[in-house]
Amino acid sequence: MISKDSHTQHISQQFNAELEEVRSHLLAMGGLVEKQVNDAVIALIEADSGLAEQVREVDDQINMMERNIDEECVRILARRQPAASDLRLIISISKSVIDLERIGDETTKIARRAIELCESGESPRGYVEVRHIGDQVRKMVQEALDAFARFDADLALSVVQYDKTVDREYKTALRELVTFMMEDPRSISRVLSVIWVLRSLERIGDHARNIAALVIYLVRGTDVRHMGLARMQAEVRGE
Amino acid sequence: MQTPTHGIDISALGRDKRSLRLADETVAIEVPQLSLFYGQKQALFDISLNIPKQRVTAFIGPSGCGKSTLLRCFNRMNDLVDGCRIEGVINLDGTNIYRKGEDVADLRRRVGMVFQKPNPFPKSIYENVVYGLRIQGIKQKRVLDETVEWALKGAALWEEVKDRLHESALGLSGGQQQRLVIARTIAVQPEVLLLDEPSSALDPISSLKVEELIYELKAKYTIVIVTHNMQQAARVSDYTAFMYMGKLIEYGDTDTLFTNPAKKQTEDYITGRYG
Repeated sequence: MISKDSHTQHISQQFNAELEEVRSHLLAMGGLVEKQVNDAVIALIEADSGLAEQVREVDDQINMMERNIDEECVRILARRQPAASDLRLIISISKSVIDLERIGDETTKIARRAIELCESGESPRGYVEVRHIGDQVRKMVQEALDAFARFDADLALSVVQYDKTVDREYKTALRELVTFMMEDPRSISRVLSVIWVLRSLERIGDHARNIAALVIYLVRGTDVRHMGLARMQAEVRGE
Repeated sequence: MQTPTHGIDISALGRDKRSLRLADETVAIEVPQLSLFYGQKQALFDISLNIPKQRVTAFIGPSGCGKSTLLRCFNRMNDLVDGCRIEGVINLDGTNIYRKGEDVADLRRRVGMVFQKPNPFPKSIYENVVYGLRIQGIKQKRVLDETVEWALKGAALWEEVKDRLHESALGLSGGQQQRLVIARTIAVQPEVLLLDEPSSALDPISSLKVEELIYELKAKYTIVIVTHNMQQAARVSDYTAFMYMGKLIEYGDTDTLFTNPAKKQTEDYITGRYG
């Protein structure tokens, strides 16, 4: 069983420092991405095109962070030949940055929609759903990162489980929005935009789930992707 | 334009500060062009490289590629080999160490060397460390005591041996003996440390301890290390030189050499494809 301190006990202090650094860089990137999710949703709901513009600008920084963290991982692999939990740490970091970067991409899509909807004026329907699902997936991202910071497989498992709830709510929201469009065909294009936003949020939830699965891999050493929830639960609880 | 980041730490944005450039370094040992012959046989071909100050430089390459021979040139250990002849100069802090009238004994104090097999003298731990000082004629007990303490601390051995300084050095483990030899070498305050396979006779843990020591020592000394163990070179060095058949094939910062070498031969060697 590994803990969050197990990467600070190498004979080589330099190796400790490198692992700690790349880990804290991942968490910093995660913090920024989480903020982006929040900002994108607020920009949409409050019709704040300035904030939406900002989300799009910050995305460049996230992309750069992805590259830098990957570079650090490559260097550690080449120079330190990490083994066991160290190896799993580097692998999960280098995979998690991919998901974080894609969450970033989804937030820019939301920001783009927010700018469009601002320009078209009128407050369309479906914002309640956006706010609701937005909150849920932001919390998923936050908890997936918390789980990463604390090497907490149980918390990671709960993030994976929560993704089911989000998927369910996404479907319910879609049904509702389809009804709106049937009632008022003039609203179709605007409601479609909202649907795209919901779709992005749902994808963000999926990426958070992927990160959580990587945390379980990091802590338990088993790859739990594409596993049923029941089996995953058994793995995490060590049954 | 400055993009707002809401007080979130974006230090990960900065390019890595550890990446090094050979061109920016202060040169400790300059080798403009050097060839070496053992009798008729040429062992080094037109080597030219600069060893940076207070960095760890590693020489890697297959057996017989000339890496140890080159290392030994830096404190003229090759003088002891019959029929060994050198063409070229080596400048240590700007002075050619092969010039006429060079004090070789003093050179070897300034450029200390540690070998593959730990070679403590059959004396006490204390006497091993102060050996060089005694030869210099230093007798004050206070100076000797102080040197023993800082040299052993510097070699990360003090805690393990402070209660038995006057016991035989031969009673230490291999890893401890090697760190003792390093303490003996730094006791005379050299400028450069040459390490010839310093941990190949040690178990992995002792070997990691020696590596950690090397990392700490570079704050004060210029270190050149020859190693068969590529992974060790990758872990411990700032710069790496790859040699093959007496020639310097590639020389650059370790990150680049181990992630994206410029030469095919280097790539083949570090990836284990070398036939």
